[in-house]
Parts: sequence; C-alpha cells; structure tokens
Amino acid sequence: MSIFIDETTKVVYQGLTGSQGRYYGLLNREYGTQVVAGTNPKKAGTDVDGIPVFANVAEAVEATGATASCIFIPAPGVQAAVLEAAEAGIEFIVAITEGVPAQDEAYFYNKLKDEFPNTQMLGPNCPGIISPGKANIGITANHISKPGGPVGIVSRSGTLTYQALWELKGNDIGVTTCVGIGGDPVPGTSFIDCLRAFEADPETKAVMMIGEIGGSAEEEAAEFIKDHMTKPVSVYIAGVTAPPGKKMGHAGAIVSGGKGTAAAKMEALRDAGALIGNNPTECGVLMTEIVAAL
Amino acid sequence: MDLLEYQGKQFFASYGIPVSDGAATDNVDEAVAIAERVGYPVVVKAQVHTGGRGKAGGVKLAENADECRTHAGNILGLDIKGHIVNIIWVEKASDIAEEYYASFTLDRSAKKHLGMLSAEGGVEIESVAETNPDAIAKIHIDPVVGLTEAAARDWVTTAKLNPAATDGAVDILLKLYTAYTEGDADLVEINPLILKPTGEVHALDAKVSLDGNAIYEHPDYEQYEATQPRDEREQAAFEKGLQYVGLEGSVGVIANGAGLAMSTVDVINQVGGNAANFLDIGGGANADVMAGALEVINNDPDVKSIFINIFGGITRGEEVANGIVEAMKRVKIDSPIVIRLDGTNAEEGRAILVPHLDDKLMMADTMLEAAGKSVELADSRR
Repeated sequence: MSIFIDETTKVVYQGLTGSQGRYYGLLNREYGTQVVAGTNPKKAGTDVDGIPVFANVAEAVEATGATASCIFIPAPGVQAAVLEAAEAGIEFIVAITEGVPAQDEAYFYNKLKDEFPNTQMLGPNCPGIISPGKANIGITANHISKPGGPVGIVSRSGTLTYQALWELKGNDIGVTTCVGIGGDPVPGTSFIDCLRAFEADPETKAVMMIGEIGGSAEEEAAEFIKDHMTKPVSVYIAGVTAPPGKKMGHAGAIVSGGKGTAAAKMEALRDAGALIGNNPTECGVLMTEIVAAL
Repeated sequence: MDLLEYQGKQFFASYGIPVSDGAATDNVDEAVAIAERVGYPVVVKAQVHTGGRGKAGGVKLAENADECRTHAGNILGLDIKGHIVNIIWVEKASDIAEEYYASFTLDRSAKKHLGMLSAEGGVEIESVAETNPDAIAKIHIDPVVGLTEAAARDWVTTAKLNPAATDGAVDILLKLYTAYTEGDADLVEINPLILKPTGEVHALDAKVSLDGNAIYEHPDYEQYEATQPRDEREQAAFEKGLQYVGLEGSVGVIANGAGLAMSTVDVINQVGGNAANFLDIGGGANADVMAGALEVINNDPDVKSIFINIFGGITRGEEVANGIVEAMKRVKIDSPIVIRLDGTNAEEGRAILVPHLDDKLMMADTMLEAAGKSVELADSRR
C-alpha cells in the first residue's frame, strides 16, 4: 500500500494553465496520476491537452470528484489557493510553490487546523509526493524510483529526496511512497505525520528519513520513533558543517544559537534507535542492509 | 534580511511604536547637526550587523557638540568583530527607570507565533532564559486569532512589569505584533523596552529581521538589500541571483538543490577537506547559471579546486553536461574541476563530458569519490 495517495486519487491542478503547472501536470498524468482538472478563473471551459479547466476548485470537484489538489500558483496567490481548495472539500493539498512568506504559511496552517480538520496539506516549497508505479503529484522525476516497497521515504530536502530514491533504485529496492515535506518553517505535513502513516501501512517495512539543520522537527520525530515506531528507520541529516546563523538556501535550513544543529538531531535520532548515515550514500547502504535483514 | 538598528527603529516608528528622536548619518558634521536638532545629551551608536557594540566602543554618550564630534569620528570606521562602521545613529538620550524585553517570532515547533516579555531587559535574553527562565513570560498566538488587547494585558501582568508601565506596554505590544505580522517579519525584538521616570514606555533598541520572501508585498524592503552583510563573493553571487554562502575552505562547491549543496559541503568535510562556499544553482543547470556560478567561484582566491555535484531529476544528464561544457567555454577557470553527475540520463551526460576530460576537468562516479578527488587536488595546489 501507499500512503496519502494512490492510482485512484483524483487530482485538480491549481495553476495548470501556467508554464510550470502545465509541464508537471502533464508529466504527472504520463506517470499515471489521475489529473482530472485544472483551474483558472479566466480560462474556464478551455482545456490543457484534454484536461478540463474550471473557474475554481469547487466547480472542478463538483464535475470530477477530485479529492486532492496540486498548487502551482505563484507565491502571492498560494494562501488564497490553499483556502479555496480546503473550502471546496479537498482532502489532500500539495503546495509545490516556493517563496511563500512565513506569515502566510503560519496563517493558513492554523486556519486549516482550526476550520478544516479533514484537509491535510503537504508543503509549501516541496517536491510533492510519489507512490511509485501508482501516482506522482509534484515535480519528482518519473523514472528515478522503483515501485513496490518495502521502503517509505520522508524528506525535508528536494534533491536529497531524489538522491534517496535513486540510491534505493540502484540497489533494486522499491518504495511504497516518498513524501517530500519541504524545507519551509511551517510545513503542512510533518515528519511525524508521515512516520505514523508508514508505521500503519502494512506494505511499508522500513523508513528512510532525510532531515536538515534548523528547527526541531527531527528531534520531535526522534521522540515519535522512540515511542511509536516498530519499523526500522535510517536517517541522514544534511548540514553538519553549516556555520551558525547562515541561511543555506532553504528558509528552514538555518542554525540559531546552537539549536537545531545536525549533531543534536543525529544524537536524538540515534538515541531513538534509528541508524544514522553520514551522507546520502551511507544512508542508502544502511537501508539496503535493513531490507536484506527483513 | 536583518535590519540595522536605525532601520528597525524607522520600521517600528512606521507602526506607531515610540522610539527616540534621531537620525542616521555617515559623517561627523551631520552627526553634530542631528545632535543640535534633537538636543543634548545624545547617544552616538554604531550601525553594524553584530552584537557587543557597547563593549567595542561603538556606543557613546555625548553631552555637547565637541563630545559628539569626537565620538562620531571615533566610531565611524571602527572595526567591530570584522564589521566596519559606515553608518552611525544619533539619538536623544533617554532617562531610564526600568528596562524590559519584548519580542515576537515564529515557534516552528508549535507552529504558532511566540511572544516573549520579561521585566529583566537590557541584558542578553539568552542568559535570562538560562539563569532565570521564569522571568520570561511566553505566550503562543494563533495567527488566525491574533493578539487581543485582553491577552496582551494579561501577558503584561504575568510578566510582572511595573504597573505604571502596563498601559504603555500593552499599546506597544499590540503595535509590535501588527508590525511583526503585517510587516512580514521573522523576528521583532525590543531590548531594552524602557519605562521612563515620567511614566512613558519606549523602544530604546530595535532588532528586526524581515522575511525576504515577502518583498513582493513590501517593495520598499528592496532598500535594505544595500546594507545586508555580504562579503565580496556573496555580493557578486547575489547580483547574479545565486544562492551562495561564503565559507572558509578551499574547495569551491556547485550543486543543484539546497539539500544536496549542504550535503556536498558535509561530504567534503568528511573526507578531510573544507568547502569554500555553499552554492545552490537550483533545479535546472543551464549554461547561463553554470557560467555565473563558475565565475563567482573562480574569483575566490582561496578556491583551489571545484566540485560540481549535480543530480539530474527532471533536468536530464545531457542538458546538464551541455550546460557545463558551454559554461566552460565562456569562463576561464583557474582551478581543476571534478564533476559528479548522477540521476536521469547520467550516462548520456557523462558521455558528452568524456571528450573534454583532462587534468583540469575530471569526473567521478560517486559523491564521496568526487569529494575525495577535489580535496586531494585542493591540497596539492596549496
């Protein structure tokens, strides 16, 4: 089984008519994702390579039965797009857009939590989610993963997510679902949300987790692993050598006042029983050993 | 982006928060003119992106024009922890009865805003947090609800501020919260927030960090780019729109994706070397971006070798390889380059690079191998 999405998930693409939305929407469809609709208030009634475009998410849901959405709207419009999807009853929102102001993220994260408890958001600023062989929502390349399982992946970093998929594919190991939660300060879906789902998924037998410096999401994940995970976890944390106080590309990847260091995160995860790789390759090797021993 | 104190005070003032009357300048004569206008005594303060200004002689009280002239002259050009003072802020000195601390920032763990208020201001809040954590009153604020006046009043009471300061503090906290949210700040901090003997509450310092992602909502924030602390390399990279952070080592790094770039810096360290920089060229790796990146790295005199680490996802290996070949035609590179190209169509990409390989351009199969080779090359060229 996969988590969050599979081949039956119907997805509406908010921003399908834009260049990014169109490019990735069609690639996602090519992979097998049910890309059932796009939205654009000015282009309602048209289509993108056969995919119908509606004025808004509510109309798209009404016409197609979509339960998920994927957002390729530029940063200034993301807050409105997220709330529009939630109001239309969308259960799973994937927000790819990067550069969303943190104040907006904090606002719509809490708005969803307070008023739309049945809606889960992934991102913003994330590569999306892929259940190999079933569906791909987002910007992950189609052919860098092996379907099947038994490994689930959750990652805060885009390219390192791809690297992880690639390392496992190279070792002939399949993946149930790979979730890129994104590197922003207020991610809609956390490590713990994914770990919990993987723990409950019978086909996922082990989890590979990729973290980064900054924040305390990895430390919180360590607590969860310690108390609730029976499945083995291998971990890589990027940013061991990052100097304090410097932003390393992601809004999230910043160490302040000695908190959120890679060393502290690795220590917490090691204590929780996870296996720690010092680089992505080593983490892949550890997972290969875990899978061999299953 | 981090604001200098005077920019922070102007930012606060624009939201109605009381700050001292003053102005910023880069010359001594103007400093005296400002002092004459606001009235003595004045405080002359160095404007640099670092703490410990007072200890370094960057904050001085002047009772008259002569003292103001002397202090302004001494502080301008002063080196404070590697930051040269180019701007000073001259403000009317304040009488202080009590010093408090107030701030708002995002609590990433709680995913809510965190307000901190303490009656023990004027010192580093980190040390208060360590020695006397109960002296900091914390509240979490749901961004959807915001900070209500009633909540602010309770908060001030909990923090045990002097009752005389209550009304003034509540007013400032509400305005500070508005500045924080509507101004798209990552952090707003007043330390010290002072109570004057006359009963007024007033922001004596300002620490503000704005969210660069929100510039589109605040076009005037562009002005702060000019005073961001960047070294020469970082400035050059910034002008090319590259995500670059200068480091101290000798191996130049180019990678696609922030995570992979950080990871590259780590792996170089693990094999016994040191990276000269972090540089994320993003998802694509076309010739323009690659050429710009190589140029910035090549101009760094400390760089002795270059490690290009690319994982092709949607961008195919052959596009990346063509970009590198094209970029190398445009920029003359002094240091040897080691490339690790993996992911989508990596083999096709490597085949394009093969005819160009020599002792200035090498290829490695894995990240570790490439790191090892680039560190070895850097060491041999020291």
